[in-house]
Amino acid sequence: MQFKTNTSPFFNSSNNVNGVMLQVLLALIPGTLVMMYFFGWGILFNIILSMFFAITLEAIALVLRKRPVMVFLGDLSALVTAWLFALTLPPLLPWWILLVGIFFAIIIAKQLYGGLGYNPFNPAMVGFAVLIISFPLEMGLWLEAGSFVDQSYGFIDSLKIIFGMNIAPDWDAVTMATPLDSVKTGLLTGVDYNEIIQKSHYLSNTLNNTWMWSNIAFIAGGVWLLYKKIIHWQIPVALLLSLLFFSLIFYLYSPQEYATPLVQMLSGATMLGAFFIATDPVSASTTPTGKLIYGASIGAFVYIIRVWGSYPDAMAFSVLIMNMAVPMIDYYTQPRVLGHKQKVDL
Amino acid sequence: MTSSTTTKTNNNQNRKLWRFHGGVHPPFHKEESNQLAVISAGIPEQLIFPLRQHIGKDAEAVVAVGDIVYKGQVIAEASHHGLSANIHASSSGKVSAIEEHVLAHPSGLKGLCIIIDTDAKDDWGDCKLEPYPEYQNIEVSDLVKRLQESGIVGLGGAVFPTVVKVAGAVDKPIKTLIINGAECEPYITCDDRLMREKSAEIIQGIKVIQQMVKPEECLIGIEDNKPEAIEIMRKACVGDSSIEVVAIPTIYPSGGEKQLIEILTGKEVPARGLPMDIGILGQNVGTVYSIYQAIVEGIPLVSRLITVTGNGVQKAQNFDVLNGTPISYLVEQAGGYTKMADHLIMGGPMMGFALKDDNIPVVKATNCILLISTTVLNESNSAFSRQPTLPCIRCGKCMDACPVNLLPQQMYWHIRAKDFERAESHNLKDCIECGACGFVCPSHIPLVDYYRFAKSEIRDQAELQRKADQARQRHEFLAFRKERDKREREEKRAAHKAALQKKKEAAAKAKAEAGESGSVATSAADSKADAIKAAMQRAKAKKLARAKEAAVATKAENAND
Repeated sequence: MQFKTNTSPFFNSSNNVNGVMLQVLLALIPGTLVMMYFFGWGILFNIILSMFFAITLEAIALVLRKRPVMVFLGDLSALVTAWLFALTLPPLLPWWILLVGIFFAIIIAKQLYGGLGYNPFNPAMVGFAVLIISFPLEMGLWLEAGSFVDQSYGFIDSLKIIFGMNIAPDWDAVTMATPLDSVKTGLLTGVDYNEIIQKSHYLSNTLNNTWMWSNIAFIAGGVWLLYKKIIHWQIPVALLLSLLFFSLIFYLYSPQEYATPLVQMLSGATMLGAFFIATDPVSASTTPTGKLIYGASIGAFVYIIRVWGSYPDAMAFSVLIMNMAVPMIDYYTQPRVLGHKQKVDL
Repeated sequence: MTSSTTTKTNNNQNRKLWRFHGGVHPPFHKEESNQLAVISAGIPEQLIFPLRQHIGKDAEAVVAVGDIVYKGQVIAEASHHGLSANIHASSSGKVSAIEEHVLAHPSGLKGLCIIIDTDAKDDWGDCKLEPYPEYQNIEVSDLVKRLQESGIVGLGGAVFPTVVKVAGAVDKPIKTLIINGAECEPYITCDDRLMREKSAEIIQGIKVIQQMVKPEECLIGIEDNKPEAIEIMRKACVGDSSIEVVAIPTIYPSGGEKQLIEILTGKEVPARGLPMDIGILGQNVGTVYSIYQAIVEGIPLVSRLITVTGNGVQKAQNFDVLNGTPISYLVEQAGGYTKMADHLIMGGPMMGFALKDDNIPVVKATNCILLISTTVLNESNSAFSRQPTLPCIRCGKCMDACPVNLLPQQMYWHIRAKDFERAESHNLKDCIECGACGFVCPSHIPLVDYYRFAKSEIRDQAELQRKADQARQRHEFLAFRKERDKREREEKRAAHKAALQKKKEAAAKAKAEAGESGSVATSAADSKADAIKAAMQRAKAKKLARAKEAAVATKAENAND
């Protein structure tokens, strides 16, 4: 009697790549809902448009590269990239700017490097970085956050703005810079930090409400990922502790000049970055010690770029910088193997 | 890496245990075969004995085609050229062939086998060894000799000749003797059944080893998914304070020797070292039972317990199987195949290997014959067959699962790039090929295949390198020799020339002197002529002597004829 042959192990656990990606998508839901609550339909349209473009572009790239299209679309990684990318965009961004960004994310940063698993840089962050450098004005225009019910623009209006129809909105009336941006501008003009916050109803509102609550919602998603063992604890913990450390040191040194640690921790892309972006396994460090170094370095860069750099938020650049250091970090942080005295024979 | 936990099991044991890094929990499927008592598989019509069924050199056949052999007769002796073990006929009959036969090897490799047509008498003849029921009074050297004779190898899977392992530990300070009853591979239950049914014998086997290596303590490690075995073994060693049965948490691969040592003692076996180096000797329970049989009953290693299981057989069962029994016969004893028999696996699903054909004998290393359908493999993951291998996303699940704390994702990356040097610097050699990484991989990458491939490539490269080095050394030596010979010749020539020159000078001087007195010259010429004559005479004498010698030699030779 003849039998089929293959090789051990013959068992495989129930892990799948698309299962991993699906958990990430699920974990993004709470943060996304909170952002939708404050910023309106624009957030959802960004996500849907990004996903649509991402899938289309990925499919085209796969066909051109002669790879099995359905298999690689089925891994859901393009959707994760698209969703993360969309969350970094201001609502009501014109569709073609979004397309430029997602094109760089999917085609340039991912498929040209070889597709899933081969991209050295975080695709979503590449897309974001391209946009913030190329379209700083459009990327800086965040709608004034309100609650979902008293949004300035409803479902249809939002769509019309995104596709450039009908209304040319009076941007100045409805949009605001992000709080991190405003704080930084204020500090640059020599105004005391507390004054800046107190003077602006908008700032105190967004800081204490909008960004804080969306960050908290992203923490919830991150905890879910940790619970599901999709991500390791090292990167988020090291990143947040490092950011906390630097912001605390400088805040204690001069509370007038530097924002409180709480502002740093709970505004902008801090939590989204710590739990969802820096933890992208493909482009992040992979060893336990390496993850700590990687995360802590991102935290430090985030603080440096936020405070002294010329861009309001810094997660994208910090992640991209550290992506470059990953091969070296991984090589020098190999764990000690059973029965070996020192870590690695270098 | 080693985190300690004090485990309290349902048996109120309170011994400090350690935890090794990683590990996985595959579906264990033990209940299919662990309920029924062991039965004998009987005597097949034909027994096939590969000459290689242990680590090291092939044994050397000492029977010829047509010989009648008895049960327990040595049919192949341990090679004298290195590590090896005797092979015994497991039943009586006639040697019908000594030829190449497909081996129990994943590649369908062939190897020299002794094939015996059995006569159903199972006749021991006078091949049974003298039993040592009073082994306490037997010299250690005699016990070692007995282990050597009886061809026992490690039955846990490593098939390392036991005598080498035990004899090596006789003179070493051994603190802990560890008996491996973990049996962590899914489906396999033969050690479980052995412990339940032969606990007294196993304890006696332990006593033999204790007598030989004199350990301070003896620990029997059994996974806590075998509560019956734990209880029975505990009962068997009641009143013996030197032996302790330790229930360990069920996690694959706790039965790996280094892993079990880590669990029980918290010690790490040094890389490329042996457990002996840290005062530990490990033995599998099956091996211990064979030691008992060889010493106390005088029975060499002719049979072992094998689990036949999976949804591909009618009736899963543990069998006492004669060495050399063909798998097809063994499956018949288990009621035959079902329709589900897609895969034939020797060993367990984590580390075993698939065979193409069932006309293959079981060997000393065989602990399980697993017949399984593709659907069962898929049950563990519905996407297993449908979803192709995806690229590595570096999620690190393999790293978390690795019991040796390697970075499987990094080694995979370097091996794909054929950068074996880098893979080696990530300690590829320490990989025990347990398959935990492949088990958890969400991209379904056959990681262990890559490691096996890289290891063999590295071995080949090292061999090539060795040959190249040898060739280069030879070449360098040749060049050196040529150079040296040339130099020596030149030196000789120069010396000769110098001597000649001196002589000439001397002659010229002499001539000059002769000019003063002619008689001296004549005498000098005479002396030269005399010297030549004398030399010729000497040569003649030598020639004569040689001729005489030759004549004597021929005579002697003729006389011998």
